[in-house]
Amino acid sequence: MDLPIVATDSAPAVARPPGRFMPAVRRTLRQAIPTVLGILVLNFALLQMVPGDVVDVMAGESGGATMESMRALREQFGLAGSIGERLVAYLGNLATLDLGVSPRYNAPVAELILDRLPNTLFLVVSGLAVAIVVGVLVGVAMATWAGRLPDRALSLVNLLLYATPGFCIGLMLILLFSVKLGWLPANGHATIGVTLAGGDWLLDRLRYALLPIVTLATFFIAVYGRLTRAAMLEVRQQDFVRTARAKGLAPSRVMFRHVLRNALMPITTMAGLHFAALFGGAAVTETLFGWPGLGRLTLDAVMTRDFNLLLGILLLSSLLVVVVNMLVDLLQLWLDPRIQAR
Amino acid sequence: MGPNVIANDSVVVADPRGARRLPGATALRSLARDPLALLGLAILVGAAFVAAFADLIAPGDPLDMAGIPLQWPGDDPAHVLGTDSLGRDVFSGLVHGTRASLMIGLSAAGVSLALGVLVGAIAGYFGGRADSALLRLTELFQTVPAFLLVIVLVAINTPTIGVIQLAIGLASWPEIARLVRSEFRLLRDSDFVLAARAAGFSSAHIVVREVLPNALPPLIVTTSILVASAILTESGLSFLGMSDPNVVSWGGMIGGNREHIGSAWFLTALPGAAIAIVVLAFNLLGDGLNDALNPRLRRRPS
Repeated sequence: MDLPIVATDSAPAVARPPGRFMPAVRRTLRQAIPTVLGILVLNFALLQMVPGDVVDVMAGESGGATMESMRALREQFGLAGSIGERLVAYLGNLATLDLGVSPRYNAPVAELILDRLPNTLFLVVSGLAVAIVVGVLVGVAMATWAGRLPDRALSLVNLLLYATPGFCIGLMLILLFSVKLGWLPANGHATIGVTLAGGDWLLDRLRYALLPIVTLATFFIAVYGRLTRAAMLEVRQQDFVRTARAKGLAPSRVMFRHVLRNALMPITTMAGLHFAALFGGAAVTETLFGWPGLGRLTLDAVMTRDFNLLLGILLLSSLLVVVVNMLVDLLQLWLDPRIQAR
Repeated sequence: MGPNVIANDSVVVADPRGARRLPGATALRSLARDPLALLGLAILVGAAFVAAFADLIAPGDPLDMAGIPLQWPGDDPAHVLGTDSLGRDVFSGLVHGTRASLMIGLSAAGVSLALGVLVGAIAGYFGGRADSALLRLTELFQTVPAFLLVIVLVAINTPTIGVIQLAIGLASWPEIARLVRSEFRLLRDSDFVLAARAAGFSSAHIVVREVLPNALPPLIVTTSILVASAILTESGLSFLGMSDPNVVSWGGMIGGNREHIGSAWFLTALPGAAIAIVVLAFNLLGDGLNDALNPRLRRRPS
């Protein structure tokens, strides 16, 4: 793999030709629309193959229902008709940004999702940020002392983090910080029954968020640590680094402005891919900490065969991944002025 | 990435220095000098042994109540590693859980390897329209968060070992497909492929006998990482309670006892350590294989 080289000593690096960013956005959108449509059709077909629907579950829970009342419920929630008819109806509704109604919660799907989305997004974005910052720092440390004791020790810790399931680390954190020390709450996302304002509110939220964020981040700290170490060792051997050293730049400046900036390219690519992984992995963390997010909503929807809701969640999470990948593309354009939008 | 070209119709190849040796012999020798990779291999051989002879090592059904619930390790000599909240023997659970973890990890990786190689080989070798269609399909699967897809696939069927293997495999093949595609694109214009084409071999022959063996080194490395992540995915799934209820699994042992974290944390720590050790072993082996199979890295210090 040949890493692109960006020298960055002069403050404004290269005068960028105008309009490098818009073509990238347009290209992504052009590619994303068929992808999202494909996902929609695939998920729809997948969920139709399932025996039983939400009306069956609801009838079972209420102890029985007549065929007539079940048929009426299906009509009401748009579950009657052939697969094709329902798909067309669903797509028609979607065109007006209507995701349908969840029979289970008796509420619009869009409302349910938007209600939970901020919680999950907060968890995922903070988790990814913590993972990148800590992981890159660990990687820089490992690359700086490559082959020596600090590198060996950090590599060992890294390997262990990489191999331990997140929920296991989460449970151990609960044991230490909630059960033994009593410092941090282990369940929920805010103190119930009190109205807080300003700094107190923020502090309360942070206390609840700390353990879930760390739990979500651990695996990816290890990933970024490895990645940064490897990328920096690769970049460090290139000629422009020797030139920078030879002209007498401080080692720390060479490390951060030359080596790290170039090593960041593969890291940003991976971060885009990891967003989807973190988003999915949040389901486990949310279950562990009783965090009211999309992951738990997904599990609820799966268990109760609430396919309107499930379809909405899958669609929205795919859209989010598309948006994040576009942001990563833009970030790379900014990091490396030589990349041209294809 | 410069793949080292190994000729493949004959088993034996001419070495540049004139000696004749088996392909991969250098890699094997380099692997044998890597203590961490050997450690990983030893752990895996041990785990495979435990999985194969689970019924002899810990006789009886690991899901049966065996004693008083929630005994700590050492409380009762009959239960060396204690019992869980339902009185099941933890040692027996760990031993039998090895089987589920290894089986699901290996066959899920097998499923995604089969799908990924098929899609990647067609896309990379033939290019053109087939390539862009398959690339779209790959992107589609990469856009849905994989773990959510696994949850949905398992939930809409009954959670049996087979379904879980298939679901994890179905959610993780795009990575393999992309890797195989890029290797095939590199290799399809190389001289030995042109020679094979000129000699009149069929596309199927060229893909399977000429190109694939040369794309193997990175594929082997990725597969060992794939097994590791399949085992982690399975543990997360069974932690959520979405595992085969008739099969004991390490993730399920943790999930079923997590209310007792305060009073009996060994119920989390022991299965957790088991998962970590096996996953670590696959990763160590993968790292070792990477160093051994990538000649460009081998020359490099650190």
